Amino acid sequence: MIGEILSVTFITGLIGAMMRMATPIIFAMLGEIITERAGVLNLGIEGIMLMGAMTGFLVTLSTGSLWTGVFAAALVGMVFALIMAVLVVYLGLSQHVSGLGITLFATGLAMFIYRLYFGSPTVPPIVKPFSRIEIPLLSKIPILGQGLFHHYSLTYIAVLLIPAVAILLYKTKVGLKIRTVGENPFAADTVGVNVNLTRTLCLVAGGALMGIGGAFLTLAHQNMFLLDVIGGRGWVAVAMVIFGNWDPVKGAIGALLFGLVDGLQLRLQGLGLHVSFDIFLMIPYVITIIALIGVSRRASVPAALLQPYRREDKGG
Amino acid sequence: MPGAQPVPDSTKGRYDLPAKTAANDTPVIEMRGITKRFLDNVANDQIDFTLHAGEICALLGENGAGKTTLMNVLFGYYSFDEGSISVRGEQVALASPKDAIANGIGMIHQHFTLVPTQTVLENIVIATRDEKRFFLNLKGARKKLLDIQKQFGLYVDPDTRVWTLSIGQQQKVEILKALYRNSSVLIMDEPTAVLAPQETVELFKTLRVLAEEGRSVIFISHKLHEVMEISDRVVVLRNGKVVNQKRTADTDVKELANMMVGREVLERIERQVVEPGEPVLEVNDLNVLNDKGLEAVKNFTLTVRRGEILGIAGVSGNGQTEMCEVLFGVRGAETGTVSVGGQPLRLGHPLSSVRSGLARIPEDRIHMGLLMDMTVEDNLQLENHWTGRFARNGLRKFDEIAANSQTLITDYSIKTDGKDAPAKSLSGGNLQKIILARELSSEPEVVLASQPTRGLDVGATEYIHQRMVEEKVRGAGVVLVSDDLDEVMGLSDRIIVMYEGEIMGEVAGSGADREQIGLWMTGVKS
Repeated sequence: MIGEILSVTFITGLIGAMMRMATPIIFAMLGEIITERAGVLNLGIEGIMLMGAMTGFLVTLSTGSLWTGVFAAALVGMVFALIMAVLVVYLGLSQHVSGLGITLFATGLAMFIYRLYFGSPTVPPIVKPFSRIEIPLLSKIPILGQGLFHHYSLTYIAVLLIPAVAILLYKTKVGLKIRTVGENPFAADTVGVNVNLTRTLCLVAGGALMGIGGAFLTLAHQNMFLLDVIGGRGWVAVAMVIFGNWDPVKGAIGALLFGLVDGLQLRLQGLGLHVSFDIFLMIPYVITIIALIGVSRRASVPAALLQPYRREDKGG
Repeated sequence: MPGAQPVPDSTKGRYDLPAKTAANDTPVIEMRGITKRFLDNVANDQIDFTLHAGEICALLGENGAGKTTLMNVLFGYYSFDEGSISVRGEQVALASPKDAIANGIGMIHQHFTLVPTQTVLENIVIATRDEKRFFLNLKGARKKLLDIQKQFGLYVDPDTRVWTLSIGQQQKVEILKALYRNSSVLIMDEPTAVLAPQETVELFKTLRVLAEEGRSVIFISHKLHEVMEISDRVVVLRNGKVVNQKRTADTDVKELANMMVGREVLERIERQVVEPGEPVLEVNDLNVLNDKGLEAVKNFTLTVRRGEILGIAGVSGNGQTEMCEVLFGVRGAETGTVSVGGQPLRLGHPLSSVRSGLARIPEDRIHMGLLMDMTVEDNLQLENHWTGRFARNGLRKFDEIAANSQTLITDYSIKTDGKDAPAKSLSGGNLQKIILARELSSEPEVVLASQPTRGLDVGATEYIHQRMVEEKVRGAGVVLVSDDLDEVMGLSDRIIVMYEGEIMGEVAGSGADREQIGLWMTGVKS
């Protein structure tokens, strides 16, 4: 068994699986980081991913275009984020309750729409999913090449988004505004930054990424829609935001770690050990909890997270 | 050129205002008939206010007089119901701070608008919108900031994170932020409230430099001697109206005080000398960590005797809060012992503090001292509802409780609609009286009052000072923690100064040297 694990094919396959499993988490986590850095916790993430997965699948099935599906998933993520924005930014409702409400609503709606179209088919409809792209030269590197450079285009996009979001947050004026809105909205307001608009735009941008993360699961990772296709990956993304201390690069490391363990448990199942597969399924989540306990005590939460912002102007 | 923005002269690297011309004699700011209502409460009533270039104008008034409201209107933060505002002769609509900034108005709030986790430079750069670039231009910003620092003599390291700066330095960052936007009018809301005397001197120097450069300063304050020292003109507000305005040179402290309060103000309470008795509060070698896990109080040792008031002076944030919290029982200590009346406290156990005979008057009366949504009576009962006098077998004795509430409301002249009114319907002074009534009616051995008059008007402040002296005469040991140096010096028999969690020195209360205390407050040992 040890010999199997140390084999080149096993390691190459594991690296590939790590990247694949991490992809949806990276999308969702980056979306959540942008949102939380502006001071809003979006617990609608799990439901938004499911809506993205369903919409992406449905649109691709009816148009035949995978990218149209991805685009539609992003759009539906933005719409749900906009609902969230109305509730928590403009009405100032509890972010926890509103987020969970969005998730419940979106989960029900996704299933409802799916059933509306397909009923309860014995053989679920399928799409022809994205195919993987080999990057010339780089994919020829021994061991690593096939693991790192033979992937779906969405995976490459996810990886490129990590530095892009980091640069956005730390190197641009927009990023400075986002961070200030999340740390001290009053300070942002007094220098003329529109706090609620900034928060809304961050929610919407984050929602788009969450939607795409969901669509990856039905258009690339699998080729069908199942109600449990997200399987808690939204919650894992929220955990990775904390694990990464609200930093895109550190959060991505967490997402890759989760992907690695997820890929590993799949392969361990395949080795024919006499252990219930439920135990293996649990492993990545258990590891996530343990990692969180270790890291989160040092966490530096955006100071204004969860706090709605209003001017103290009670008059006309 | 009305409404024009001062233009930075890039060739000299100076940030100058447009040259004064003969036609440029119009006031920089002209507010006419400003009325601002909060629901049914008129905060500003038909206020006229003008400001000229190069002028330092003090806005004087008690808490609730409407000073801050008026300035928030000018800064575009509040909308207003009636009136008009002109900037350099041209009427403007100030719908948000953005508009005010565009008109060269900058405001430095009492609570700073800085992000502690960001650097000085980042905090300042966010204030600008001059360059249409996507990426931050930190290099250019740094050069501009250094030029401004040189021009005005305001030096703060651009790369330091704000949370590591002292309050005085943070205030400099706020001023730099306004200058970076090239504000020609600077509104400062009680800027000296958080400063040590020497830092105040430095701030005043800065303000004079600004005025000489042709910028105008509005200085909000209720401290009379500061107003006399720094301003060219004083506008006095009372109950939302301008009661008077004068050139500072034509008035004096006494007249200003009468205008501000609307009646003759009592002189300082007379110091009553009592022969101190045996020690009643002993704190030994206390070491305490703050919320960030950093040392907040270091090797703190203290003895207070019956019949004396010990004043603890210091700029806020130097461990006073944490020290008080340990005595209150809401924070544990790393090492050290505390005893009240000879009995040791179990540190970190609030009940132990309550039972020891320690009266606890916390600095944050709204969040820590009271439950704002509960009734006056419930708030009076917080620390003794379980005692045999007020409860039997876990059931409350309502007749006894009601009688007690009535007595306390009368004795402490708490102005309320009745014992069943919610605490949040009371004014700040009356809220503090609820706490005093609750804490002092049990004749405590030690009274620990932290910032007891912060934010209160002159009348309530007088009352509380009077009570503190009465407690001392009764034979309690009184500890007064305050960042208002006048208060500490006026009441205390002994004064100690805290700086970075340590006791810098001790002096007798009568005839204490203000200069010396000020030096200790800024960490200068002598």
